[in-house]
Amino acid sequence: MARLNVVQAINLALRQEMRKDKRLIVLGEDVGKSGGVFRATDGLQEEFGEDRVVDTPLSEVGIVGTSIGLAVNGMRPVAEIQFSGFLYSAYDQITTHAARIRTRSRGRFTCPIVIRSPYGGGVRALELHCESQEAILAHTPGIKVVIPSRPYDAKGLLISAIRDPDPVVFLEPMRVYRAIKEEVPEEEYTVPLGKADVIKKGTDLTVISWGAMMKYTREALEKADYNAEIIDVRTISPLDSETIINSVKKTGRCLIVHEAPRTCGFGAEIIAQINEKAFLHLEAPVERVTGFDVPFPMYKLENYYLPDERRILKGVEKVMKF
Amino acid sequence: MYLLMLRIRKFEEKVVELYPAQDMRSPVHLYIGHEAIATGVCLNLRKDDYVSSNHRGHGHCIAKGMDMRLMLAEFYGKKTGYCKGKGGSMHLVDPENGVLGTSAIVGGGLPLAVGAALASVMQGNERVSVAFFGDGAVDEGSFHESLNFASLKKLPVVFVCENNFYATNSHQSARHSNNDIACLAEGYMMPSVCVDGNDVITVFETARNAINRARSGKGPTFMECRTYRWKAHVGPDCDVEKGCRPREELDQWVKRCPVKRFRELLLDENVLPESEMLELARQVDEEIEEAVIFAKNSPLPSPTELYEDVY
Repeated sequence: MARLNVVQAINLALRQEMRKDKRLIVLGEDVGKSGGVFRATDGLQEEFGEDRVVDTPLSEVGIVGTSIGLAVNGMRPVAEIQFSGFLYSAYDQITTHAARIRTRSRGRFTCPIVIRSPYGGGVRALELHCESQEAILAHTPGIKVVIPSRPYDAKGLLISAIRDPDPVVFLEPMRVYRAIKEEVPEEEYTVPLGKADVIKKGTDLTVISWGAMMKYTREALEKADYNAEIIDVRTISPLDSETIINSVKKTGRCLIVHEAPRTCGFGAEIIAQINEKAFLHLEAPVERVTGFDVPFPMYKLENYYLPDERRILKGVEKVMKF
Repeated sequence: MYLLMLRIRKFEEKVVELYPAQDMRSPVHLYIGHEAIATGVCLNLRKDDYVSSNHRGHGHCIAKGMDMRLMLAEFYGKKTGYCKGKGGSMHLVDPENGVLGTSAIVGGGLPLAVGAALASVMQGNERVSVAFFGDGAVDEGSFHESLNFASLKKLPVVFVCENNFYATNSHQSARHSNNDIACLAEGYMMPSVCVDGNDVITVFETARNAINRARSGKGPTFMECRTYRWKAHVGPDCDVEKGCRPREELDQWVKRCPVKRFRELLLDENVLPESEMLELARQVDEEIEEAVIFAKNSPLPSPTELYEDVY
């Protein structure tokens, strides 16, 4: 067992799965020779060759469309979209073909592709390099949306995503790519898709988050005067409603933290489900601490945009003092 | 070859006949006028070769061996259809016959054919992919991304552009800075030809060379096949009455009907006597009638099937 960061855990997962499954290929812009802009595919081309680690043109529609063709013809492509902002053009193929080919073919074709993409803010990388599109993607039936928040889950969830028969968009929080190190087993293991993680039991309120916000939410809650139950959603779609609802029924109070814009953010869906399934258990309206409804701002304003300790604790107070 | 062309033509004519009854629930983009292209290309393909198709895809599906009964059932939204009544005429998929899918997204099928071809290379199985698309797809970014990558990696793909000169109602000259589509493909360093898409023999021979070339590992070929759609962009009617296209233009192309031309050739060369042609037509009529009965008698999907086949 070694202490790895998120990038290293992803690299390890890819390497081990590629050794195991000859159908697995990695493709994307700069993934081969240069090992990816964040080094997530570092050294893979050296070990597996140019045929299995393919540098592509700057062609997001082509990368995803080609991956779909590979997948239905028996391969297991893992495509990298260099920044999640570039997913917007790839979204064409994701939604019009990847998400639907199983339905159209009466289940006779599946589309086992993984689309990895660094996402989220906090790295001073300006708009289109800091986007959080989990809600847009979750609104597309037929694809799964997975977001790890730490190295252990990054490896286990990525292996599950690779082995899943359906298309998975795997969003990797750039801000914590190297900010967290923890013990990651060398041997293979999986973390199931569609299963949230209760990372801390508590009684006063339920706090729900995912991605990079998980780290900052946890740190903020250490300074709160309440005993929070903390849930890492991990898979946005399909959502593990059960874990969330059970927790909210127990605590009666809930705060959701995400960095994506507020309106129609994924927090809204979670609130809707709580209203449907746990309304009579609520002691207070569910609160959200989110990004704002603006294009992602650069540099100084980024600090105001992203939920921080002050805003998270204020959200906790609001829920508790209602 | 004649049988296949007749099958496509008569299938589409049956759709025209049935459509006004308003119980066929899918919009339809009819292939009438294009028959020589699907026929000439697909007769060179193996069952396990791949095709990606577009919204005007009935002809490709029939030519690739798909079952007309299941196609019609799908148009009627029946659970026996190719997509269990969920996809309609524009989204037919059939793994058994190598049909990656027809698609309502113009240009959307090209990268799928490219990806399937890359997989074939990696698996060493000599399967060829054919991408069928129209001149409208040339407007799209996916066209250029797909040609570039296929040529770069020398993939076994044949790009077949059915240039009928109209994307919905916009003429090619109002959309393309360069009206020579085949010339665009040359820019991507692949052999590229422009042929009469209403001449099934020419299409067949050109496609044979292109497919052989792909199968022997020499990379992609581009075929622009010039043709004309007889019906409106969508639906069983003709849009000429609505002033969408000049009547004289349609008349000119109808004179060059691909089915009629091939029929005349067969008669002139004494390949197939008229009596056998009539017998073939009767046989096709029977097949289609059987398909109609199958489709009409099939059950509609139940509400509980809504969630099936999503994940």
